[in-house]
Amino acid sequence: MKIVLEHLTKRYPNRNKKIGGFVVAVDDFNFEIPDGQLIGLLGPSGCGKSTTLNMICGLETPTEGKIYFGDDDVTELPPEKRGVGMVFQSYALYPHLTVRQNIMFPLENLKGAQKLTKEEMERRAQEAAEMVQIERLMDNKPSEMSGGQQQRVAIARALVKRPRVLLLDEPLSNLDARLRLQTREEIRRIQQETKITTVFVTHDQEEAMSISDMIVVMSAGVFQQMGKPQDVYDHPKNLFVAKFLGTPAINVFDGTIRDGKLYLGDDAVMNAGGVEDQDVYVGIRPEGFILDDDGPMHCGLNRVEVMGRDTTVVSTHPSAQSDMIRVIIPSESRTAALENTVNFSLKPFKVHLFDKETEEAIPFLSE
Amino acid sequence: MYKNSAKAWLYLLPALIFLSVFMIYPLFDVMIYSVEEGYNSASQTYFGVGAYNYRYVLRDPYFLQAVKNTFILVIITVPVSTGVALLISLGLNSIQKLRDLFQTIFFLPYVTNTLAVGLVFMILFKKTPYSDGFINLIINAFGGSTIDFIEGPYWAKMFVMCFYTVWVVMPFKILILTSALASVDKDLYKAAKVDGATSFRIFRKITLPMISPMIFYLIITGFIGAFKAYSDEVAIFGTNLNAAGMNTIVGYVYDMLYGDSGGYPSYASAAALILFAIVLTITCINLLASRKTTIS
Repeated sequence: MKIVLEHLTKRYPNRNKKIGGFVVAVDDFNFEIPDGQLIGLLGPSGCGKSTTLNMICGLETPTEGKIYFGDDDVTELPPEKRGVGMVFQSYALYPHLTVRQNIMFPLENLKGAQKLTKEEMERRAQEAAEMVQIERLMDNKPSEMSGGQQQRVAIARALVKRPRVLLLDEPLSNLDARLRLQTREEIRRIQQETKITTVFVTHDQEEAMSISDMIVVMSAGVFQQMGKPQDVYDHPKNLFVAKFLGTPAINVFDGTIRDGKLYLGDDAVMNAGGVEDQDVYVGIRPEGFILDDDGPMHCGLNRVEVMGRDTTVVSTHPSAQSDMIRVIIPSESRTAALENTVNFSLKPFKVHLFDKETEEAIPFLSE
Repeated sequence: MYKNSAKAWLYLLPALIFLSVFMIYPLFDVMIYSVEEGYNSASQTYFGVGAYNYRYVLRDPYFLQAVKNTFILVIITVPVSTGVALLISLGLNSIQKLRDLFQTIFFLPYVTNTLAVGLVFMILFKKTPYSDGFINLIINAFGGSTIDFIEGPYWAKMFVMCFYTVWVVMPFKILILTSALASVDKDLYKAAKVDGATSFRIFRKITLPMISPMIFYLIITGFIGAFKAYSDEVAIFGTNLNAAGMNTIVGYVYDMLYGDSGGYPSYASAAALILFAIVLTITCINLLASRKTTIS
């Protein structure tokens, strides 16, 4: 079931009555989520991603705009009529009910022609439990289970109605690091088995990048970019997206374009053809540097962090916006001889230029 | 290890001393009084030991009337006050505007002086040379005839009594239930809504089980409180409760000790222990019932 958002907008009255006016949580969203895909809604806290999810779910009504599931306009429908399953950040399991009762709860609410027999409900609950591999815990209470198991119950409860759309609000944020890795793969597996269009919200870019078919990056209620994770990472549309994706974060410099060359300070570090002479922001991914004694980029060496698989060189550069820039190089690189200064050359496709005013990406030719 | 437990007993000592002097010793004393026949508190003498005091009390029509009154009061006021308090709390929980105002209004009886409350009830119900009381004005307006709520028929007096008791215990119950309702995770309601539950089903399947420990707490304390009723009766019907036919078990105990017909500590002790046995039984039943409900 594809989901289409058309001019979706949500405004809240300002909580501080003295200031008045409205807070725009979601501002004019237009995008289409293709059928059967896993979509990560990604953005920093308070960017409106949960509001968007709640509007898709039907728990909140949009101030303006439309939501379509396939060709059906569901904007005015209450959640139970939309055919959505939702997994809450807190899981929201009913604590006084067993796992079985929790999973069967949505089925017991079905009315009219959809009404199921007791046996059918049991069978469907069992099926959903097997899907998330908790069939042996059916008679436990939520309080007797670990966070990861509770999460699975919540997913089973969302799936048991066979929803058209599955929504997950920060599904991994309450799990410890190891469980998080395991659970995100689990979510991916379940989604691929069921082929249900799934939207999940997260502020963790690694989480979103690792399992999503597509990611949607938002900031302060404004849609930034949508695409395959690698595409968005490689071709950020603006400085925000470039900064938000990737750990360690992208290094940002103040640069100048002169005569088709990119200058950082007085050093011409790279060719940048097809761009008018102007001041720009330069974003360079940590993996975009090559250790090179004759390289055009001269940095002050701070320290070298050896991580095993690769090595982080922490250094300074006068044009950098942050005190330190982080460079990741393969651990085979010869770093022992480094003293005080370090020179790099750059991988052009890991370098991004952004307009100083609009912060939009500027295309350039490196050859 | 031993040293630690000695320390623990030392810390417990003040509480233990107070408990034994003011709770345990009197309790045993009452038990002893209740079996001493013909005990005279002035001369500290008695004829013999036996169950005579209990037999006397259980045959005393005033005591039987008091038991009847107390049971009617308990059976009517506990469910009614808990139910109405639940309705009001649900209402308070679902409104946004004026919630604080209503909460304050509902809480007023809790902080109001008993005498002031008695006065209000007098204005509402009591017949005076000047007026028949506010309630009678309303009854008359609808074409009914005047009822004497304070000195009239038994059911009218019982109505006033129950009405008063419900009204007095309501604020505490509303307070407990509103906070219990507020502590239910809002995500559960959202989840239930997404799961397609109707509001009645949400109430029955989620709200009620989530606040049931508090409801049981209120029922148990409500039972105990209603069994101990006495001062409210005095506030409305005056000190001669036997004459009004509105005595309660605690009132009977008090009368046997200090009332006009008083001076019989043995009878009072026997009556008090009978009350103790009743309250203990009912509390045990309540606890068993609550355990069963929470398990299933």
